[in-house]
Amino acid sequence: MAPLLEISDLRTDINLRRSVVHAVDGVTLHLEAGETLGIVGESGCGKTMTALSVMNLLPAGGHIVGGQVRLAGQVISELDDEAMRRVRGNDIGMIFQDPLTSLNPTMTVGKQIAEAVQLHREVSKEQAMDRAAEVLDLVGLPRSRERISEYPHQFSGGMRQRVMIAMALACEPKLLIADEPTTALDVTIQKQILELIDDLRRRLGMAVILVTHDLGVIAGRADRVAVMYAGKIAETTDTSTLYANPRHPYTEALFHALPDKAAETRERLYSIPGLPPDLTHPPSGCRFAARCRYAADRCREEEPTLRGETAGHEFACFFPVGERERGGLVVSEPGPVEQALPPAPAAGGAVLLAAEHLVKDFPVTRGAVLQRRVGAVSAVANVSFEIRTGETLGLVGESGCGKTTIGRLIVGLEKPTGGAVRFDGKDLVGSRGREYRRQRRSIQYMFQDSYASLDPRMRAGAVLREPLEVQHIGSRRDQDKRIAEMLGHVGLPSTAVDRFPHEFSGGQRQRLGFARALMLSPELIVADEPVSALDVSIQAQVLNLMRDLQTELGLTYLFISHDLAVVRYLSNAIGVMYLGKLVEAGPADEVYLTPAHPYTRGLIDSAPVADPAAEHAKVEAGVRGELPSAIHPPSGCRFRTRCPLAQEICAEVEPVLRPFSVNGHQAACHFPLQPPVAADATATASAPTPLP
Amino acid sequence: MAMIPPPQSGSAPTGVGSVVAEPAAGTLTAVELEGPGGSEAKPRSLLQRGWEVFAENRLALASLGVVVFMVLFSFVGPLIYHTNQVNTNLDEVLCHPSGAHLLGCDNLGYDVVGRLMIGGQTSLEVGVAAAVVAVLFGTIYGAVAGFVGGFIDSLLMRVVDAGLSIPYITVIIILSVAFHPTRLIMIFIIASFYWLGVSRLVRGETLTLRTREYVQAVKVVGGRSHRAILRHIVPNAIGTIIVQATFAVADSILILSGLGFLGLGVQAPATDWGSMLSGGLQYLQSTQSYWWLIYPAGIAIILTCIAFNFIGDALRDAFETRLQRR
Repeated sequence: MAPLLEISDLRTDINLRRSVVHAVDGVTLHLEAGETLGIVGESGCGKTMTALSVMNLLPAGGHIVGGQVRLAGQVISELDDEAMRRVRGNDIGMIFQDPLTSLNPTMTVGKQIAEAVQLHREVSKEQAMDRAAEVLDLVGLPRSRERISEYPHQFSGGMRQRVMIAMALACEPKLLIADEPTTALDVTIQKQILELIDDLRRRLGMAVILVTHDLGVIAGRADRVAVMYAGKIAETTDTSTLYANPRHPYTEALFHALPDKAAETRERLYSIPGLPPDLTHPPSGCRFAARCRYAADRCREEEPTLRGETAGHEFACFFPVGERERGGLVVSEPGPVEQALPPAPAAGGAVLLAAEHLVKDFPVTRGAVLQRRVGAVSAVANVSFEIRTGETLGLVGESGCGKTTIGRLIVGLEKPTGGAVRFDGKDLVGSRGREYRRQRRSIQYMFQDSYASLDPRMRAGAVLREPLEVQHIGSRRDQDKRIAEMLGHVGLPSTAVDRFPHEFSGGQRQRLGFARALMLSPELIVADEPVSALDVSIQAQVLNLMRDLQTELGLTYLFISHDLAVVRYLSNAIGVMYLGKLVEAGPADEVYLTPAHPYTRGLIDSAPVADPAAEHAKVEAGVRGELPSAIHPPSGCRFRTRCPLAQEICAEVEPVLRPFSVNGHQAACHFPLQPPVAADATATASAPTPLP
Repeated sequence: MAMIPPPQSGSAPTGVGSVVAEPAAGTLTAVELEGPGGSEAKPRSLLQRGWEVFAENRLALASLGVVVFMVLFSFVGPLIYHTNQVNTNLDEVLCHPSGAHLLGCDNLGYDVVGRLMIGGQTSLEVGVAAAVVAVLFGTIYGAVAGFVGGFIDSLLMRVVDAGLSIPYITVIIILSVAFHPTRLIMIFIIASFYWLGVSRLVRGETLTLRTREYVQAVKVVGGRSHRAILRHIVPNAIGTIIVQATFAVADSILILSGLGFLGLGVQAPATDWGSMLSGGLQYLQSTQSYWWLIYPAGIAIILTCIAFNFIGDALRDAFETRLQRR
């Protein structure tokens, strides 16, 4: 039987104003019924364009210039618009990254799904609505009959993505294309959605194309994987073979750039140098050659074809890495070749920063003129922690848990409702005027979105000069010297001073943001999700840089991230937050390997790991449900509404932090997963939480 | 494609320069950063780069030409092309275009070309001056409301709402009856209504800029709010304001023309393009075609307003740093 989907030598161009981008350049893929194919690669490598080419939904200026797409034997790439409309939604369903912008805010979700049904089936309005309720049920939307008449803004992000999936499934397509379906969601919700897609695939017998940048997402879900680079397929094989024995240097480099594995050994991450090539003028020869550590002259002259030693594993490389394969024999991958860093700075310095019983409520107001206060969002509720000189404290949690607010309280962008922040023993909250501005020097902030945090009208030089000007440090000449020195520190060329922010790549901009934070020689840097918008290879560059400069300049970090693997890689200590509360804290490895709080356990299980075996092992784990509202947080333990172990006491008594090891590992739970160590409970309950 | 928007904007890798980053070994050496023009190109100022974007727009260049022509025609023209614009000349009432009068004469015997010139003076002067006054006042008002926020903001903006709810034609009719409408009065009348819209726009712009991360970044390094305002908010808002000012000129000319057409504009012997139209209207229906009473003034108004609008559009692009290339 012919495969369900056959893409042969597909070429897609996008015409820009002055040039043509060859976004997809000779991609050949096939997909059997009921199979999941993963497409991975960095941004701009053509994976989304491949998916859109199949749907014939290319952006303005985009068109297929060569090759064929066959669906169940029928050539769909040459169909006209009218015929293609019948295929879209009917034979092929698609889910996009952002469920909020993909749903019409002025239509009830039921009508939107029913519309999709009516387009393709000869049914009445009532039948279509029935079908809508049926598919909403199918995607696990509770009370689907009632919620069918609600509008998209009444749904949470995860629920909206479920609605999108329901819409894609309404006509029982044979193929579902999911383009980064979970990138905008929290890990806990991501896991739920991925499980749902997987479950639906099995029950409905569809084939799924899963497009993502995340190797962890692919690992547990896909049967086969295609790794794309610069509009071409670099390597394709079944999932377990790819993860066990990657043959293309690009695949290998992607694995080595992941912080997951290096987190235990804390060795340097491998970062792929440079950026993917400009696809308006793709380089001759192997497209990865410029960034490849094994490249030889032949790679730059000749273009390798996709071939392999066995039928099931193909790669486009002259000098493949990994083990030679004979008849399905798979040998383990080689270890990373990077040198190990000196171990993380030993804990035990003086306490540099202490947060004591921090509370932050944001008022909820109503009325245009008088702005009556009608309630409060409890963003941070009684959080205490300490960071010692030279250490890194990582704060993790879902979005909306208050971790960013803590960062903003510490750098002074928000005023706490209660509690104190002590820096080097001095209270930061009470200080005013000149004293306050002087203190600002020692604590600097690194923003998540390097693009938004750099003034588009200022050159890099002016951006770096500003902190010095504000604090009146040095003459102009001294400042120039310091700017040049700092650019060198963060690995930017000295010519960068004359460039505007938009002329840098994402990774370079984050370096520039880091350089600005370092200009005043601060002791503490609060880094708010500094790498979450970056590709994995660029993320590795920035993480390495942060580690290097920490040792070099003796920096202390408060590192805020939703990505547990990144936090564990960089931090000595981890604090886990849930809905404004610090629920667990302690040494990084202890928290990660022996979590005491069920929420921490759930977070760890939810995070996708780039290891198919590990992913398949944890089928039933993860955090269920969604984050409750912070306007009316649950009584007692705030996590109880989602906790598998919750009992009556959890709703009545708020748990206090109890010690779980002599190293300062603490958690606030009535039914912890580890036995707590015997200690004077009253002492720990009242004292500010000491961290290692 | 994690957070980076999908490739409608062209899936070409970010930025202009192709980049080769740090070597794999990990020692921190400077990153090679070569722009397509090579690194020898001297950095140019924002103004130069903005001009390049502007100059790329043919329509805008042509429009600039039209505006320059109108200014020269109105202000330098009378020095070369002498006509009597003070006394009526009943011998030449409605005379046809000829060698002596290139576009004929109007119903009072004024030479139409000469009339266009002094009418243009009024229209351009009042248009530009009213726009400048309205934009200046509106900007300050809106910026204060946006910066201060809270109760003051609410109060200031309710005043604007109230102002916008007054039907301005009524007020203008009352004003022009009460005063003898001179150019100065016309400037005041137009500006007194036009600033309301400007202040709303600037307040909105200020509100969004105030929460930008790069404005917060100034706070983090210990900068005071005046620095945030002068170095970050104003330069980023100035583009919007100047574009708005350009449109305001076109709008003011149109409003003045409308008032002139209703006979509420400047009084004879002074005139503006709108008043010229009004004078020609009664002859439009007559058996003989007096096209020179209507078309020259009408075309002058349309051309000037279109030109200012195109210039405004091109300025918007020119102020967008992202569109500027090195």
